[in-house]
Amino acid sequence: MSHRKPEPVQVVKQRRDTALRALAGGVPYVNFLGITFDRRGDELTGVLNFDEKLIGNPDLPALHGGVTAAFLEVTSIITLSWMSLWDEVESGRLDLEALEQGRLPRLPKTIDFTIDYLRPGLPRDAYARARVTRSGRRYASVHAEAWQDNRDKPIVQAVGHFLMPWDER
Amino acid sequence: MSTDAETGIDPAVATELILRLPQARALGLKITGFGDGWAEIHMPFAAQLVGDPETGVIHGGAVSTLMDTCGGASVMAHPQVEGHTATISLRIDYLRAATPGQGITARAECHHVTRSVAFVRAVALDEDTERPVAMATGTFTVPQLRGDAPEGTA
Repeated sequence: MSHRKPEPVQVVKQRRDTALRALAGGVPYVNFLGITFDRRGDELTGVLNFDEKLIGNPDLPALHGGVTAAFLEVTSIITLSWMSLWDEVESGRLDLEALEQGRLPRLPKTIDFTIDYLRPGLPRDAYARARVTRSGRRYASVHAEAWQDNRDKPIVQAVGHFLMPWDER
Repeated sequence: MSTDAETGIDPAVATELILRLPQARALGLKITGFGDGWAEIHMPFAAQLVGDPETGVIHGGAVSTLMDTCGGASVMAHPQVEGHTATISLRIDYLRAATPGQGITARAECHHVTRSVAFVRAVALDEDTERPVAMATGTFTVPQLRGDAPEGTA
């Protein structure tokens, strides 16, 4: 067995970050809400960067429940897509140039999404992670939750089902 | 816009109220109908709401916000409910992709209230009103009940 030298770290990082930036940054609604993604290896954390327009009830004030729900749906879709693209990104099969020019891979479609509101969202940044509990050829199940100050005090959690893009309805 | 026959509330006045919500303002939401325990809210199409640039279809998240806002409005429009409400849970079924370029209208009905909980069902439509884009069911908090209400399960 021949020994292959590991790739230089900046090559690895650049490839992964380019793919992620193209995937998430190419969706207008993700930019409208001001959602960005932190990456550690293949793990993604969605960041809902606070902005006044995300407020629902101005008297509290609290983040709009629809916004926190959308944040979880976005995090679920991007995580699901990221996981299924990972092998293609790593093997170099995915055309990064095409991706950067906005030719995105087909995204999973939401079949249903159930949101459980746990605490009011404070007027500050929120974070979210999605866990793909099952990913089949056609359907995927995802659990997602978002928190602010304390990781163990989620403000909202959700479970959703998604139709994978390579098998359209 | 004319005053609603059931509630005597002008939908334009109700729209003013909803526009106090910064996110509702950002989405350009407009109340198009309002009555005892029901509300109808329109969200115009905007390029910034697109979830899939390949198809130009509005992101489900924007539909969630519309359904949540409309659901809450239907609770507050219920004659037995007093004060502000908050969403406990919301389930949305996405029946089909909204037609690109078209706005979406949500209609929500608060069909049952107990001392603590309001139950809502809602539907989202684009210009093809025969085929809904999404359906939702939700539960909302009831801060205070006007008069007597039968004891519910919650």
